[in-house]
Amino acid sequence: MSGALLSAPILSSRGLTKRFGSRIACRDIDFDLWPGEVLGVVGESGSGKTTLLNCLAGRMTPEAGTITYDSATYGPVDVHGLSEARRRLLSRTEWGFVNQDARDGLRMGVSAGANIGERLMAVGARHYGDIRRTAADWLDRVEIEQARLDDRPTTYSGGMRQRLQIARNLVSKPRLVFMDEPTGGLDVSVQARILDLLRGLVGTLNLSAVLVTHDLGVARLLTHRLMVMQGGRVVEDGLTDQVLDDPQDAYTQMLVASILPV
Amino acid sequence: MPALRVSGLTKSFVVHAQGDLALPVLRDVALAVSPGECLALVGPSGSGKSTLLRSLYGNYRPDAGSIRVRHGADWVELVRAEPRTVLDVRRRTLGFVSQFLRVIPRVATIDVVAEPAIRLGMNADEAHRRAEFLLGVLGIPAKLWSLPPATFSGGEQQRVNIARSLSVDYPVLLLDEPTASLDPANRDGVVELIHQRREAGAAIVGIFHDVSVRDALATRIHDVALSGNSVGVHA
Amino acid sequence: MPDSSIEGGAYNYAYLDEQTKRMIRRAILKAVAVPGYQVPFGGREMPLPYGWGTGGIQVTAAIIGRDDTLKVIDQGADDTTNAVSIRRFFAKVADVATTTSTEKATITQTRHRVPETPLREGQIIVFQVPIPEPLRMLEPRETETRTLHALSEYGVMQVSLYESIARFGRIAKTYNYPVMVNDRYIMSPSPIPKFDNPKLDRSPALQLYGAGREKRIYAVPPYTPVKSLDFDDHPFEVESWTECCALCGSRESFLDEMIVDDAGKRMFICSDTDWCERRR
Repeated sequence: MSGALLSAPILSSRGLTKRFGSRIACRDIDFDLWPGEVLGVVGESGSGKTTLLNCLAGRMTPEAGTITYDSATYGPVDVHGLSEARRRLLSRTEWGFVNQDARDGLRMGVSAGANIGERLMAVGARHYGDIRRTAADWLDRVEIEQARLDDRPTTYSGGMRQRLQIARNLVSKPRLVFMDEPTGGLDVSVQARILDLLRGLVGTLNLSAVLVTHDLGVARLLTHRLMVMQGGRVVEDGLTDQVLDDPQDAYTQMLVASILPV
Repeated sequence: MPALRVSGLTKSFVVHAQGDLALPVLRDVALAVSPGECLALVGPSGSGKSTLLRSLYGNYRPDAGSIRVRHGADWVELVRAEPRTVLDVRRRTLGFVSQFLRVIPRVATIDVVAEPAIRLGMNADEAHRRAEFLLGVLGIPAKLWSLPPATFSGGEQQRVNIARSLSVDYPVLLLDEPTASLDPANRDGVVELIHQRREAGAAIVGIFHDVSVRDALATRIHDVALSGNSVGVHA
Repeated sequence: MPDSSIEGGAYNYAYLDEQTKRMIRRAILKAVAVPGYQVPFGGREMPLPYGWGTGGIQVTAAIIGRDDTLKVIDQGADDTTNAVSIRRFFAKVADVATTTSTEKATITQTRHRVPETPLREGQIIVFQVPIPEPLRMLEPRETETRTLHALSEYGVMQVSLYESIARFGRIAKTYNYPVMVNDRYIMSPSPIPKFDNPKLDRSPALQLYGAGREKRIYAVPPYTPVKSLDFDDHPFEVESWTECCALCGSRESFLDEMIVDDAGKRMFICSDTDWCERRR
């Protein structure tokens, strides 16, 4: 991404609050995400980071606050003010969501090609050969052998499934990708491969992203900015390298100090 | 006209785990660097040289003061700037050679070096050619270019670091012990490259432990231990 | 009100009570107003179990009158057990003329075929439907399929066709082939062979579909576009035979393959008995 600072945030949150009964999961979350930025949301279990992600992506409805997305089709829209139809359409075209467990983001019973092609078919692609070629190209980009195009994800390893999930999301050239612990539960070498892949794709496709993770190493590698959450609140935020190298808040300092040395 | 202007820069570290212990490091630092100048930061260990340098890059957060950099046609204030502002300045204007190459798993050395240029819009082939040239000058053999730097020696990693930081012609360069792990032969190559940048108009702020390197590159000295600074023991 | 002429007052006209018929007619009107949309209805207990045409029978019962002429076919034949039973049922409870001739029928109730003889304006064809939801095999949740229809989110159906081509080299579905009705709803045309799908497209007749077990009614009004789903490079194709009908010589109709002796001798015969007889 080169050139001048762009004029509008791609995603804005103001006063976002989500409750489950009397328990407040996240409270008064404010931020602006600018095009091309990857925002990391880190925190421990129960910090509210996943709830925040789900509210941003329209999967949960907050009790208070506004989330504004600068859509390519409709201009700035209130994510929770949209009709369900529009929100579902947005989430299949302009957004991506990479789940921690790839099974939640794939159709396990159909081939990899069908999985990748689905978003294209959902918006009217009707040429089998073209869809197949695009799907094969994407398998390549996520470093899965093209010979596996007709295999079902049940025959894939965990790392392959995750890469397939990534391809399935990116085929529609989304502008904003939500990621929930995209490398959680995977072997370390597999994680490394996927992180590299994500890093490369975010760069070449100029994606904006919100990435939830508890792993500060993942945050260091993938994110430009970081928000640290504790007990539903953002306790610190700033440039990733600055938050990790010069943490101001007591909780952030404790988190950073807790990283096991290798 | 300066490319970088600092005034009133003040920073302490607060360690909450030790009962909010405050360690003041910088107080009211002021300096300015113009294109073609190389300002060497000197002072005893712990006087805040590295803290100052990292603050200039936005890696450390100052408590007070102003850091203004000439970014394109404008002056940009970096203290308390929005992240995207700092990111844009780092992309095009401000380069940093740190002592540590944070190793990105699996990315080939040639790609590590070319990345900043490609991100700025340079054509990939051209960026790779430039990377090859820099790696060549810095003595990294071609057979290592397609390997990730994770398995390289400290000195090799440092030279990859330097190549990466020089792949873009940054108007302002910050150098933190650029020759620290290098043997004399490689050191000279680095000094030559930095010298060329200075001659081409870059404004440079650097920490050079090696006196001969400092003498070769610096046009001015700034003593961090003087005038109200470094009351504590952090660097 | 029971009709005193039916079995000495034991049954109401056409078996169902008047309120039920009215309810079903309301469902039919709604279905006709939104072609291809599945309308829930309060299905009644019928004198035969689910899976034997209770949906089709309820639809026919709601619309039939003494002036009608009813034809009933099962797999194209008027003379199979089920067709005979249902025809006899309506002859009794609706006091109505019956026929085997497609041309003469005002209402044709059918299981698994559309008659070869082209239908005319003013005729009604009633389909017996086992599973009305075309997405059922792809999405088991009723709540979700209703949402998909409401939002026109039919990617999953196209995915299943893609998958068929990936696995078999072609779209392997040969019956109950999904169609897009009036450019809006995907519909199951009931388990008719895909050979019959083109007959549905802009038919001059009214098509009514009844599913008894699932309690859904849907409809395609006359002259409505009905398009079979496909890909641009794998267009929809119907079945064809190298043989012709062994009895009438037809090369245009859907042929059943019959094994006629223990040695395995085969004959190909028109599935539509009326069509075949007329040609002979």
